[in-house]
Amino acid sequence: MNTLNPAMEDFETSIADVDRAAVKVDVRNLDFFYGKSPALKGVSIPFATNKVTALIGPSGCGKSTLLRTLNRMYALYPGQRAQGEILLDGENILSPGVDLARLRARVGMVFQKPTPFPMSVYDNVAYGVRLYETLAKPDMDARVEEALTRAALWNEVKDNLKGSGLGLSGGQQQRLCVARGIAVRPEVLLLDEPTSALDPISSAKLEETVTRLKTDHTIVIVTHNLGQAARVSDYTGFMYLGELVEFGPTENLFQRPATRRTSDYITGRFG
Amino acid sequence: MTISTARLARRRAKDIAFKAFCVLVTVLALTALAAILWSLLTQGLGGLNLDVFTRSTPAPGSRGGLANAIVGSIAMCGLAMVIALAVGILAGTWLAEYGGRSAYGAVIRFLNDVLLSAPSILVGLFVYEILVAPFHTFSGLAGAVALAMLAIPVIVRTTEDVLLLQAATLREAGVALGAPLSFVIRTILWRSAQSGLLTGALLAFARISGETAPLLFTALNYQFFSLDLRHPTASLPVVIFNFALSAYDDWRRLAWAGALLIAGAVLAVTIVARIVAQEQKRS
Repeated sequence: MNTLNPAMEDFETSIADVDRAAVKVDVRNLDFFYGKSPALKGVSIPFATNKVTALIGPSGCGKSTLLRTLNRMYALYPGQRAQGEILLDGENILSPGVDLARLRARVGMVFQKPTPFPMSVYDNVAYGVRLYETLAKPDMDARVEEALTRAALWNEVKDNLKGSGLGLSGGQQQRLCVARGIAVRPEVLLLDEPTSALDPISSAKLEETVTRLKTDHTIVIVTHNLGQAARVSDYTGFMYLGELVEFGPTENLFQRPATRRTSDYITGRFG
Repeated sequence: MTISTARLARRRAKDIAFKAFCVLVTVLALTALAAILWSLLTQGLGGLNLDVFTRSTPAPGSRGGLANAIVGSIAMCGLAMVIALAVGILAGTWLAEYGGRSAYGAVIRFLNDVLLSAPSILVGLFVYEILVAPFHTFSGLAGAVALAMLAIPVIVRTTEDVLLLQAATLREAGVALGAPLSFVIRTILWRSAQSGLLTGALLAFARISGETAPLLFTALNYQFFSLDLRHPTASLPVVIFNFALSAYDDWRRLAWAGALLIAGAVLAVTIVARIVAQEQKRS
């Protein structure tokens, strides 16, 4: 564990607060490097099944990096590497034999900026499903409708499923990306600052969507918006300079932060 | 703070001078272009008639047209573009998505840039050595290969550039769903970059459609109508080259008509391609 951390004891207790049996993804002693420069140092954090865990911290603290190890997105870039263990249902996803396509079917991701594909709304949602399943037309239709409904977009697009995904508004595009991600029925959903490019009303809609989705998915959300973390998450981790400073139930972390750094950050004194 | 009026006036004068200079050179460039188009239209339109499209190149003084050259040019440019698009898009994709950062990728990119500005007559000579001399005959196929070699560097360059312009997150979004990178490239990135790819193809087509030098050593010329690219093949640029320098008025009229046809073809292809790209973007 992280011996450099002054709040180690509190930190240990708060991790113990998470029911071990209910941990979906368990990150253990994770180091991450961009070339030679370390971006994560000995990070250990559990992500509880069907809960929302928020990662907060100032820019460059490593929260997006941590998120991108969970589906091994970094593997696209030579020179980036991770050391340590990330257990998904007990199986280490960092081991060399892991099938990345299978992993990413289980761990979906939504990005900071909406990334609709240059195709119709329908094909956007079906894109991921078609990679794994051969569905008859009615089944695919049902799957697309289900995903769009759960992403709270169905009512807005049901009459124009053949229209281009690029023609939607920013907020709709982002919910389309959520629909595309959940259509594959992943167990874990990673959200990388999903509302930072959206207006307040679209953000609120997306937050509602996230809260509803946790009945079926384990959700990890990176956010700069502390209010958002407080609203949507069950657990929160505060990161600083590549380390996890504090982790615990969101209420505890926001109301009784155990370390000075955390309280400084959440009260807006730095970051 | 005191504001120096002299300084302000000097800055304003510089601003006006710079703008005037920009306008002047733009007018100069456009005037030259307009003059070229004007002479093309005035000299070329007079030579255009049905014979131009239905009859092959004549002997001096007899009735004839450019049908053999038009068909030869379309066949060779068409074949050249098929070869160049296949090679150019794949090579450009490799540079952008896979090997671009390696030393080998850097070498390929450098060589491609050299080819981009290689004199076309050298390309003609090279193809002469490998496809004409060994078979003891000039051929339309050799002509198409020479034209393709001129088109490929343009397409490689533009393909790499437009793919690198696509947002990294678009690539990641595809990969995040579990699709292999090659599948993401084919189904998402190429589609997203299609108007840029189209521009590259058009640039390449515009470049080769008027090329004469590489055809002189490869396709040569042929005064009769033929669809067989295994033999010498007529083309508009070579016919223009031969006829424009001749002493016969009717040949020179045909040369002007041919030049107008090439300019018209490039314009038509550009317009059609733009419309198609717009349509696809909307759907």
